[in-house]
Amino acid sequence: MGMDFSTLRTLISRYCVGEENWVDSRTVYISHKEPPPGTEAFIQQRFPDNRIVSSKYTFWNFIPKNMFEQFRRVANFYFLVIFLVQLIIDTPTSPITSGLPLFFVITVTAIKQGYEDWLRHKADNAVNKCPVHVVQDGKVTCKQSRKLRVGDVVFVTEDETFPCDLILLSSSRDDGTCFVTTASLDGESSHKTYYAVQDTKAYKTEEEVSSIHATIECEQPQSDLYKFVGRINIYMNNEPVARPLGSENLLLRGATLKNTEYIYAVAIYTGMETKMALNYQSKSQKRSAVEKSMNDYLVVYLCILISKAIINTALKYVWQADPNRDEPWHNERTEAERQRHILIRAFTDFLAFMVLFNYIIPVSMYVTVEMQKFLGSYFILWDDEMFDEELGERAVVNTSDLNEELGQVEYVFTDKTGTLTENNMEFIECCVDGHVYVPHAICNGQVMPGSDTIDMIDTSPGPDARDREELFFRAVCLCHTVQVKEEETVDGIKHGIHQGKSSSFYISSSPDEVALVEGMNRLGFTYLRQKDSHMEILNRDDKVERFEVLEVLSFDSVRRRMSVIVRCSTGEVYLFCKGADSSIFPRVISGKVDQVKARVEHNAVEGLRTLCVAYRCLSPEQYQEVCHLLSRAKLALQDRDRQLAEAYDLIEKDLILLGATAVEDRLQEKAADTIESLHKAGMKVWVLTGDKMETASATCYASKLFRRNTQILELTTKRTEEQSLHDVLFDLSRTVLRHYGGMTRETSSGLSDDYTDFGLIIDGATLTAVMRPGQEGSNSGNYKELFLDICRNCSAVLCCRMAPLQKAQIVKMIKTSKEHPITLAIGDGANDVSMIQEAHVGIGIMGKEGRQAVRNSDYAIPKFKHLKKMLLVHGHYYYIRVSELVQYFFYKNVVFIFPQFLYQFFCGFSQQPLYDTAYLTLYNISFTSLPILLYSLIEQHINADILKKDPSLYKDIAKNSLLKWSSFIYWTALGIYDAIVMFFGAYFLFDNTTFTSNGQLMTTNTQMMFGNWTFGTLVFTVLVFTVTFKLALDTHYWTWINHFVIWGSLLFFVVFSLLWGGIIWPFLNYQRMYYVFMQMLSSGPAWLSIILLITTCLLPDVVKKVICRALWPTTTERIQTKRRCLASEPSTIFMLSQTSSRMSF
Amino acid sequence: MVRIKKESPDRPDNTAFTQQRLPAWQPILSAGIVIPGFVLIGLAFIGVGVGLFITSRDIQVLEIDYTGTDQTSDCNKCTNPNTKNCVCTLSFNIDTLFKGPVFFYYGLTNYFQNHRRYGVSRDYKQLYGDLANFKDPSTDCAPYRLDSRNNPIVPCGSVANSLFNDTFKLYQIVNGQRNVVPFDGKGIAWWTDYNVKFKNPDVTPLQNAFNGTVKPLFWTKAVYELDFSDPSNNGFINQDFLVWMRRAALPNFRKLYRRIAEENYTNGLPAGNYSLEISYNYPVLSFNGRKKVVFSNVSWMGGKNDFLGIAYLVIGSLCVVMSVVMLIVYAKFKFPEDD
Repeated sequence: MGMDFSTLRTLISRYCVGEENWVDSRTVYISHKEPPPGTEAFIQQRFPDNRIVSSKYTFWNFIPKNMFEQFRRVANFYFLVIFLVQLIIDTPTSPITSGLPLFFVITVTAIKQGYEDWLRHKADNAVNKCPVHVVQDGKVTCKQSRKLRVGDVVFVTEDETFPCDLILLSSSRDDGTCFVTTASLDGESSHKTYYAVQDTKAYKTEEEVSSIHATIECEQPQSDLYKFVGRINIYMNNEPVARPLGSENLLLRGATLKNTEYIYAVAIYTGMETKMALNYQSKSQKRSAVEKSMNDYLVVYLCILISKAIINTALKYVWQADPNRDEPWHNERTEAERQRHILIRAFTDFLAFMVLFNYIIPVSMYVTVEMQKFLGSYFILWDDEMFDEELGERAVVNTSDLNEELGQVEYVFTDKTGTLTENNMEFIECCVDGHVYVPHAICNGQVMPGSDTIDMIDTSPGPDARDREELFFRAVCLCHTVQVKEEETVDGIKHGIHQGKSSSFYISSSPDEVALVEGMNRLGFTYLRQKDSHMEILNRDDKVERFEVLEVLSFDSVRRRMSVIVRCSTGEVYLFCKGADSSIFPRVISGKVDQVKARVEHNAVEGLRTLCVAYRCLSPEQYQEVCHLLSRAKLALQDRDRQLAEAYDLIEKDLILLGATAVEDRLQEKAADTIESLHKAGMKVWVLTGDKMETASATCYASKLFRRNTQILELTTKRTEEQSLHDVLFDLSRTVLRHYGGMTRETSSGLSDDYTDFGLIIDGATLTAVMRPGQEGSNSGNYKELFLDICRNCSAVLCCRMAPLQKAQIVKMIKTSKEHPITLAIGDGANDVSMIQEAHVGIGIMGKEGRQAVRNSDYAIPKFKHLKKMLLVHGHYYYIRVSELVQYFFYKNVVFIFPQFLYQFFCGFSQQPLYDTAYLTLYNISFTSLPILLYSLIEQHINADILKKDPSLYKDIAKNSLLKWSSFIYWTALGIYDAIVMFFGAYFLFDNTTFTSNGQLMTTNTQMMFGNWTFGTLVFTVLVFTVTFKLALDTHYWTWINHFVIWGSLLFFVVFSLLWGGIIWPFLNYQRMYYVFMQMLSSGPAWLSIILLITTCLLPDVVKKVICRALWPTTTERIQTKRRCLASEPSTIFMLSQTSSRMSF
Repeated sequence: MVRIKKESPDRPDNTAFTQQRLPAWQPILSAGIVIPGFVLIGLAFIGVGVGLFITSRDIQVLEIDYTGTDQTSDCNKCTNPNTKNCVCTLSFNIDTLFKGPVFFYYGLTNYFQNHRRYGVSRDYKQLYGDLANFKDPSTDCAPYRLDSRNNPIVPCGSVANSLFNDTFKLYQIVNGQRNVVPFDGKGIAWWTDYNVKFKNPDVTPLQNAFNGTVKPLFWTKAVYELDFSDPSNNGFINQDFLVWMRRAALPNFRKLYRRIAEENYTNGLPAGNYSLEISYNYPVLSFNGRKKVVFSNVSWMGGKNDFLGIAYLVIGSLCVVMSVVMLIVYAKFKFPEDD
């Protein structure tokens, strides 16, 4: 689905580039009214209509386009080529042998895709035909959604969904706001406020709205849901007024209007250009390590195939050099063949050999792997242990391509807030000029003194201090973006907020802010609502104070602070600023900095999240300047973000420190246990957070990322200020390496128990310095290497003060380091999206900060603790299953084809197939397909509980260990050995001897000779049984389904062979298999040799397994054996656990 | 934010299958099972192997090459391709009774009946008696499809064309007198070939069906003349023809020619001197082939085949040896660690 959108987009952009003037902004005429003459001449652009096309195909192009798409896959194309070769030249096997499987695969895929597309067509039609109200000539008319055009003014009523991206002109509410929920876009169900253009918000009827004369200039559509810049030019009295437009004015398609009776808005992006459509595209394809090995193996097999064909062709011509061998009297060529040029003949022979051996690359492997991944991912969805009752959510699988990668993770990058912690903030205390206030203590009318380290001036603050205290409370009550959500009662009457009663609650994208506002409520100051750009506060004396909000300088993660500018009822203008200590302190010019700083640090060590609050009084002149700065930045079309940041930087200065707040974020349930398990499983856990070092490290200790014996290495700005980065790095690496050297000695002497591991703390600034491409060239490269070296020896790393992009950079740095480890990133917020997309596996947590992380992740889980089962159990199983699937598929096809290769040496290299057409066709499709598919779905080499209990088992499969070249070679060698045993076993039984059916079972005294088809059938029978038994030997978990499928497919083979040879099939023009299977089975030696050959084939594998298990047991095998010893009767334990779970007292 | 708590509709099904908790048998290839298993399998195989080997030992086989490359051989005179209707005689003697029933085979070496070009060159429909294919044989048969005057060849194709046409007569020399040893040529081909796959056209006399066709180039007589004496052994269902038409799997092969189990020879060939009269027609020297005749008797397990018995013995002993090796390995490395 993603494919066609991206192609569409490139088409759009190409189209636009082709147009002589590539425009990165567009001009929209509201109601299609031309601007008055004299203004800038705009270029009229063409926009697409509002049709949404999510379908790929039309009725007419389905077959060609779908075929084209399918044959673009290498495997399908390969089989198509083989099929065509079979059609064109005279080949040993009929085109059916490769045509039928190919046809099957293609048809099934086409039907599936066609059905999906039909559903999409239906959905598209429903959307495109749904009615939309449009204002035309002063009247509201109804239109089909798809006929909507850019510039139309749309009328939307409550609970309707926006038909395209709109700029809000006016709403039924007097303040020109409307509420919107974007649940279907990003999953955030909270109501967001959007604002109408100030100059048009008074136009509230259709006549008035259609009288608006304005143009909108805005950027071309881009996929970021939260970014929009534009400008509206309103021609009132022929004097254009320009107003800035931002994302707060833009209503997105897919969002729903709430709590607002109606709105008028103008369409600016339609159809496929809406942000929702642009966001349909799937993310870049991630490929798993297993898939990469699979492709490597394929290349090897392709080489084997080609070399086999070349060897046989060459040998054929050497052998045929003797004309009596080439054309003995009994086997002459036709005249036409003799005429053919030798090179053409040789080439045709080469192709014929390719066709004969092509089965070595199995068409069904791709289908099976895909089915395995698709079906297997359901076990994640179905897992009841990964269901969270509190949220009512279960795990989500966004891509099933990476199932097995979950078993290969070496580095885990986790966010802190909302991932390790609950993101359930609780206000703990605040500190005003060194006085500490704890909510419940305040309620008792007491002010709790803080710890001794804080220098208290006076226990009962004087009138001056009381002013400061109230200013602080007001600041916290005003400086936020919290909304008050009005709860709807059953009968639909909306209640306003009544003094903080429970009928209403606060909503914000930042849980910290909610905690702060609620904390203030407990301290006596209640934030009531925002109305007509006034914030209302209920103070301690139950009086409503009103503040006019002049500007909101919103929060961003780079600045790490936010501000509001308000005018109080007395007319003074204040700027309140709230932010991280590091971003506030440098901007403070007065206030009790030392006391507050001490308290902040004390709180941070306790693991609390701290924020500092400061204010600034603005004189009217200063305020004018601020307004000027802001409006200039806001009107800019280009680089608006940068200009805004510069403006904010100029405004938020010369602050007076008021105090600090502390909010607690509790650790998620079982977070420590999960981290410990990940450590034991050999994964390195990195915490990447924007929090400050002290808070983050306290969380790390609490979550057992750092243990008491962990030696902490610090690589922070504080240290690099004292020493140069160079020295610090070398110091640290020396510490680590010295220890490492010592440790090897310790382990050799068996004292490895008490070795301390290392934890590294690095902050964002230092990291930038480490990664910065250096001025002295070679030196900087060393830093990065040195840093990676240190990291490799640390079991835990904490990166604090990270910007979102830095998170992704770190992941990328580790990902591309020379060992190419598999990385996993887990996070819950929008700031984690970049690292989630960068890492090999991205996991989203269904947290409180919206659904962005979940949408962009590969898998999503409700809580951090579910990661344990996800990796240790599901990941482990999927890896074991897929790797066996891949190895087994190659193995079974070597065994299948190698005898055919050997047979060429005994049939004059004439491309005589060993097996019958039906066997060639059905071997991979039906005789041997289901057992391995089932194995790859339900195999459990160890019980899930043990995997969870003993995380070190995860190390057994690390580094793609089951798909190493050595094990691939082992499987292939085993395949070749089996093939040789089968072929030469049958050969010696046939050659120079009377391998015959003595007929005592049938008629007396007849002795019939067996031909070449019996030979092939004998080999094939041994083959099918050996290959199936080999899988049976590898199966550790025999459910009734396994028994059914394994024995069932063997039975199917026998029944099929009996039927295939037992009936004269009318559609066949030859009956070469007639009674061959039965004749073979009527011979005693055939039975004896089948048993012998199967045993001989399986023997070495069993011996190897037993000896390896004894001499070099893996942890897995040790546990398997131990469990066997302990629980001699596993079924009892199973029953016991059943009964105990049933008995709930 | 308070959520109403009830059983969430999104909760996954809690069944044994979806939770991957199906009851299962979890076997492990541990030494405790494998070593006794190997000993058992090994002993069983050795037992079978000994049985097979002894049976195979008891089978008598007499193989005589009559290609005639040897100057001293009587058949040497026939090796010249220009001699027609050459008959040569082969004398041999049997020391002890050759237990019956005795099977008489002819064998060819270096003859690629499994060559693909050779193998596909036949017309199944024609051999099924389909008269349409008499007029217009399948193109698979080329270059043995039409003769030089474009008459259709029946039976067409290289397999049929190269039908083995040496014939044999066996005499026992008793007191200087030649006693004919009777041959039984019935039921030497597959029952299904004789009754189902091959059919003569439903025309009487059979000869009429072949009007307008010619016999294969190599043949001296037409297919309906193969056995005048017995209509059930004539035409496409001639037993020798059927035996030939079933392609051998390997380039060195034997095909059954006759059984000796009648009259005085029910118990086998008694000791004495024998003479085999061969009408030598089939050229093999051009491709370095050899021709031979083989007398053999059979047991419950078919003809003489030492390989199967030896293979059973070898694999059986390997199993036992491996179980000993595994036992040593386990005793040395495994058991102390288990504690």
